[in-house]
Amino acid sequence: MNDTATATATAGRTATSHPLPSVLALGWSRAAVETKMFFRERDAVIFTFAFPIILLVIFGAIFSGRLEGSPITVSQLYTAGLIGAGVMSASFQNLGIGIAVDRDDGTLKRLAGTPLPRSAYFVGKILSVLLVALLEVAILLAIGVAAYDLTLPTELGRWVTFAWVFVLGITGSALLGIAVSSLPRSAKSATAVISMPFVVLQFISGVFIPFSELPEWLIRISSLFPLKWMCQGFRSVFLGDAGAALELTKSYELDRVALILAAWAVGGLVLCLTTFRWKSRRDG
Amino acid sequence: MLGYMTQTAVRVRGLTKRYGEVRAVDGIDLDISAGEVFAILGPNGAGKSTTVEILEGYRKRDAGEVTVLGIDPEHPTRPWRGRVGIVLQTANDTAELTVRETVRHFSGYYPQARDPDEVIAQVGLTEQAGKRIRQLSGGQRRRVDVALGVVGDPELLFLDEPTTGFDPEARHRFWDLIHELAREGTTIVLTTHYLEEAEALADRVAVIARGRVVAQDRPATLGGRASAKARVSWLDEGERKQVETDTPTKTVLELTRRFDGEVPELTVTRPSLEDIYMRLISSPLAEVTQ
Repeated sequence: MNDTATATATAGRTATSHPLPSVLALGWSRAAVETKMFFRERDAVIFTFAFPIILLVIFGAIFSGRLEGSPITVSQLYTAGLIGAGVMSASFQNLGIGIAVDRDDGTLKRLAGTPLPRSAYFVGKILSVLLVALLEVAILLAIGVAAYDLTLPTELGRWVTFAWVFVLGITGSALLGIAVSSLPRSAKSATAVISMPFVVLQFISGVFIPFSELPEWLIRISSLFPLKWMCQGFRSVFLGDAGAALELTKSYELDRVALILAAWAVGGLVLCLTTFRWKSRRDG
Repeated sequence: MLGYMTQTAVRVRGLTKRYGEVRAVDGIDLDISAGEVFAILGPNGAGKSTTVEILEGYRKRDAGEVTVLGIDPEHPTRPWRGRVGIVLQTANDTAELTVRETVRHFSGYYPQARDPDEVIAQVGLTEQAGKRIRQLSGGQRRRVDVALGVVGDPELLFLDEPTTGFDPEARHRFWDLIHELAREGTTIVLTTHYLEEAEALADRVAVIARGRVVAQDRPATLGGRASAKARVSWLDEGERKQVETDTPTKTVLELTRRFDGEVPELTVTRPSLEDIYMRLISSPLAEVTQ
């Protein structure tokens, strides 16, 4: 209650004044074990990491032609879109399922009983997600360049675009993932609850099916979520000016991409702060 | 028993917690001294887990005063967390890490942790140190939980039903470990379903039923156990006879005289902790005296 009480109750041992480890050091240490655990868990690796890569290989094999009236090939289009989906898979899906599992298997409760600051838990999650996402993008790009004639941009400006689309996109998706992790009732249902909306989102956000094939009301729904805009941003980086004609508005609309991704980053943070639960539902 | 000179590790007055209409904890008082091994017994739903979770800083209370190591656990601080060790009832986390990786990682959370390998040796997992936690047996898994609870060198250790599902040998090894920690000066608060466990480990026991402490004493004297009537039982012409008496020695002497020597199948028993416990948790509050 107060300092005097604390002093008298330091029962039987000399009071220690050793400093507690810093949040950053602990976040780093969490990131190391999170990453280790992630890559050792085959289910998680396949679900969040290998899925977009497998899809790219399959789509690349099925659709080998060029898009009508455009120098862009179908597999180039898929590579750019799947980079967006891969970033969202590594952040949104990975965190949504991972944190739901942490809540269910006792990780969160155990950590809450230690001097680990809560922020260090999130720093660890985010660093490990960043690593997975960068690795994912690198592998997808490598496949795209090696097998599907994707050319890496040489202008600095396009890499700057890549950087801000990646950072804003992953931030919004990660925060949204943290927020939705509170939805599943248990670890068992987490995969279904989190993956379902993500798969639907991929179908309506132009990842698997071009917008020209989608009804307008579906496009309007997908325009509310970050995936469509993230993919659009990545297409601007990897397909260049020749690809802009394929967009619905004949433009990549980078200003809107930035605006909506930033809005999701802010909105996601608010959603996390207001809805995050440290306890599982049966724990009350 | 324990003098007034000892310091208080846990002090609880009038603790109350409601879940809707149900009073899970209904005015509990506890005093646990530093260095003591204190067991909390009680049937499921009696309020013992709720009480312990409030002490651990996991749950908010509705009323009452609670001080744990000088701090109100409703507002836990990082330094306070560093002085308290918690062994939860069930956890299946870090399945993909090895025992050594896990204990080493958790040791990094504390300002002055114990040597991870020493802790692993103390819980008897040196041979399994390189194994993934998912490959361990239930008992080994539980010992990892204990290792994580003590690696920060806590002054106060909470153990929530630590030996549920253990075989007798594993349970005895676990008791040795708790004795060792107690000898090192760690205050231990233990909840358990096993009365022999409370008897083997605890300096004092509190029995909680219907959200209240119905008895609080040393295991040997709980609920008037030491002064309770002894039961003398023997076989008389093929029929089991028994009397309850304050003077069992006198009864046995009389029987010896009657049988002119050996009394058939003679037993003299005092009520076990279990007998006392069953009486305590089933009797209405009014009849129970502390």
